[in-house]
Amino acid sequence: MIVATTRGFLGRRRERDPRLPPGQYDVGAGWPVLTAEATPRVDADTWTVTVDGLVDTPTTWTLRELRLLPPSVYAGDIHCVTTWSKLDTNFTGISLDTLLDAVGVQDEAKYIVERSTTGYTTNLPLDDVRGGKAWLVWEHEGKPLTREHGGPVRMLVPHLYFWKSAKWIERITLLDHDEPGFWEVNGYHERGDPWREQRFDGD
Amino acid sequence: MSSASTGTDEPDDIGVPDDRPGGPNDRRAAAKWRDARVVEVAHPAVDAVVLRLAVPERVQHHPGQHYVVRLRAPDGYTAQRSYSVASAPADDLVELFVERIDDGEVSTYLADVVEPGDDLEVRGPIGRWFVWSGYTRAIGIGGGSGVAPLVGMLRHAHDVGRTERLRLAVSATTRDRLPYADELEAAGAHIALTRSPGEPHAGRLDMSAVAALVDPEATVYLCGSARFTGAMETLLVDAGQPAGTIRVERFGPTG
Repeated sequence: MIVATTRGFLGRRRERDPRLPPGQYDVGAGWPVLTAEATPRVDADTWTVTVDGLVDTPTTWTLRELRLLPPSVYAGDIHCVTTWSKLDTNFTGISLDTLLDAVGVQDEAKYIVERSTTGYTTNLPLDDVRGGKAWLVWEHEGKPLTREHGGPVRMLVPHLYFWKSAKWIERITLLDHDEPGFWEVNGYHERGDPWREQRFDGD
Repeated sequence: MSSASTGTDEPDDIGVPDDRPGGPNDRRAAAKWRDARVVEVAHPAVDAVVLRLAVPERVQHHPGQHYVVRLRAPDGYTAQRSYSVASAPADDLVELFVERIDDGEVSTYLADVVEPGDDLEVRGPIGRWFVWSGYTRAIGIGGGSGVAPLVGMLRHAHDVGRTERLRLAVSATTRDRLPYADELEAAGAHIALTRSPGEPHAGRLDMSAVAALVDPEATVYLCGSARFTGAMETLLVDAGQPAGTIRVERFGPTG
């Protein structure tokens, strides 16, 4: 059914970087902007993030408050479902574990929904954002995160495709059930593991 | 890909709650890889190729959706990219517009090597956000190759006799760089050619051009480079178009 090979196609990158998941290419120094709607202007001075839902103490933080907590750096790769990967980059912010520990996660909590100021949502199993797997970040390679890339603060879940890392994050809600987010109801995969090529619904 | 809003009403927005096998919302069938036969190949400009594909067990698309094309080397290496559908749902073939990027691994192959009779692995249609049902008022704004999904919308509007519901504004540096220029011109699209002084349609999509499009009741479909869509978003919002009505598809690498 599926063509064995594409006639005359050899491909360029014969030395495949082992850090690239299947079907991904190295975008190099660039960082494509992909957003499904108008880029909002979010003021860093008035921005807040709230962690609520199945937690003991729902809490809202300003950026200044977050900066007083122990910082955390992610250094590594990121992968977009549109097939680019950006290798060996870094982000500075705070580990999501710090915030989850602060609010007290209840036993029934099994999933989260991330929500942006724009109303964008994306869902994840709680296990995918605990134990050093997720961050809130405000710097990229030493510079403030730009508006196009989700500044002042975005979510970062680098082991999954990047639509799981909501830009302009404003709320993280813990739930006992899964609630499909924006792209998850619009044809994309529930979990989005790049190493399993979970791109679209049905993968 | 990372963000968007108010997406939860999307299935209603499509207006066709048809999830039967082969229907427009048959997502599992759409996700399946299949061999499409290349029926026609055209090179409308030096840096572009239009591929018209016969897709077996095809799932009908909504205007605005895309297909993924996957190339496979003899050693199993694969490369895949997404391309917007420029044909209408009623077309027997699926038409993909591909801009040839000089260092593009996939687009150079599609532009330089592919011939009628070849088979290409494809999956689609994909995406349920940047889609237009044809039932609502819409404004399409495209830059360069970003006009391709808008042409799919235009052709669908013609097919269903609803061209009055879709208004278009498109921009490119020169007429050569504007895909489907004749078709867009015939449809009455506002055309702005930014590096064609003294020629018809010379100009840019500035505040007055954008303000003339504003319709808070319509959905805006904005497609092009990050730079183009960023500039248009700002103008649209400043001109009074509610940000929540703007749907964006961005092409191309930027910083």
